[in-house]
Amino acid sequence: MRSGGYTDTMIRILLRHLREGIRSLGRNGWMTIASISAVTVTLLLVGLFLIVGFNLQAASLNVEGQVVMNVFLLPDATPADVPSLQTQIQNMPDVKSVVFVSKEEGLQQLRNKLQADQDLLAGLDSNNPLPNKYIVQAKDPAQTDAIAGRISTLAHVEKVVYQKDTVNRLLTWIAWARNFGIVLMLALIFTAMFLISNTIRITIFARRREIEIMKLVGATNNFIRWPFLVEGFLIGVLGASVPIALLSTGYAILVKNIAILPSFSLLTPVPLLSETGLFLLIVGSFIGMWGSVVSVRKFLRI
Amino acid sequence: MIEMYDVWKTYPNSEPALQGINVKIDKGEFVYVVGPSGAGKSTFIKLMYREEKPSKGTIFINNFNLEKLKERKIPLLRRQIGVVFQDFKLLSRKTAWENVAFALEVIGATGKRIRSRVKETMDMVGLADKADALPSQLSGGQQQRIAIARALVNSPAVIIADEPTGNLDPENSWEIMNLFNQINQRGTTIVMATHNRDIVNTMKKRVIAIEQGHIARDEKRGVYGYDD
Repeated sequence: MRSGGYTDTMIRILLRHLREGIRSLGRNGWMTIASISAVTVTLLLVGLFLIVGFNLQAASLNVEGQVVMNVFLLPDATPADVPSLQTQIQNMPDVKSVVFVSKEEGLQQLRNKLQADQDLLAGLDSNNPLPNKYIVQAKDPAQTDAIAGRISTLAHVEKVVYQKDTVNRLLTWIAWARNFGIVLMLALIFTAMFLISNTIRITIFARRREIEIMKLVGATNNFIRWPFLVEGFLIGVLGASVPIALLSTGYAILVKNIAILPSFSLLTPVPLLSETGLFLLIVGSFIGMWGSVVSVRKFLRI
Repeated sequence: MIEMYDVWKTYPNSEPALQGINVKIDKGEFVYVVGPSGAGKSTFIKLMYREEKPSKGTIFINNFNLEKLKERKIPLLRRQIGVVFQDFKLLSRKTAWENVAFALEVIGATGKRIRSRVKETMDMVGLADKADALPSQLSGGQQQRIAIARALVNSPAVIIADEPTGNLDPENSWEIMNLFNQINQRGTTIVMATHNRDIVNTMKKRVIAIEQGHIARDEKRGVYGYDD
């Protein structure tokens, strides 16, 4: 035999398995459709859940980013103290940013807020009662409490103010929602695996006689398994394509219509949908292949 | 070619199906295996292509020692023997051509070799014109001829047949038997379990009779010897 014969044979057999797997999809008719539908339905749920989940996640990060402390300075702090104190706070662990707001800036901000009622602020220009302050943000909002404690012990600091209850409640809620989301996601994926592999098992069960015959004719287990693997993969990919198409279209329409509301923004379709789509494709093909291999294994013992 | 030494087979919760079988079949022989239903004929046949494993004893098939044959090497044994069944065992979703080609695909034959061998074999069984038919579109006799083509396409040294005419009418049975005879004359060993008295008594060959798990008779140019 000439050299390379072995590789040639391997490639030939591989191509044969590919051809056989694709052909089998067509020959199975409604069985194929049933399997693809099972993948479609479950992955549609998974995809829907992922998109909602990512948006909630982004929204919660956004809210977390708005958690800040106001550090009010005592009037005895000289202009020279301001930068050194700022460095001190900035160097604390877990502090993300420190912004100085002078009393004049503070008054200006108050003015902007009270547009219609400017007379309330009359005369304050010459005798500004507002203190100088820093606006401090923690790297992790959960650290806000600890940082506030540390800052309040520094010299020239009068007090640290932040919405303690609101922050804490928000943080608990976000943590809870996150855990709940993960659990739900896992449950959904397990359901998908069960449903899909069950459907595939039924289609393969109908073919156990064929598997038996193939074995009697001298086919190895791998020879029988490969076309099923290809078929399972294709079922997974085809099954994932439908939810990907549906979700992409649906989300695009949603984004377009919701853009009218200024306070509410959805994640942009590009990284979100492409990543979700890729995930669905991978999950679908793996579940498809896994379902096939597990189901075939039962009938190979002849 | 085929040798069995003190072969026993016991199924759970029943009398031993085979009790100490000793037999030797040489290359090129044509052997009928006869006997009442349930006497162990089918078990005897199934041991040869390793669908069943003996409880005790040694079996050699074409230089394979079945006692030592590992589970994953079974396909190698089955590629060297062609098996023909009473119920044909064709792949229902494949055409006649594809069914025959399958036996060559499993050994990794090239497309070119598959095409020429399948054509040749389909011609030999006289069904070249039915290449694209599905098994369900063929008569019983035609299906069995396709099954024989599949068994033959690898040029095996031995063909084992388990009541190949059991589901066929007399006319088709004779056609199938003539085909087997023709294959045997080309040097292929044939072992055939059968219930067909006319055939055994007319087309005289070696007869091994199995009764109650024992070899009751082993005669060259024997007769069927039962009333059923």
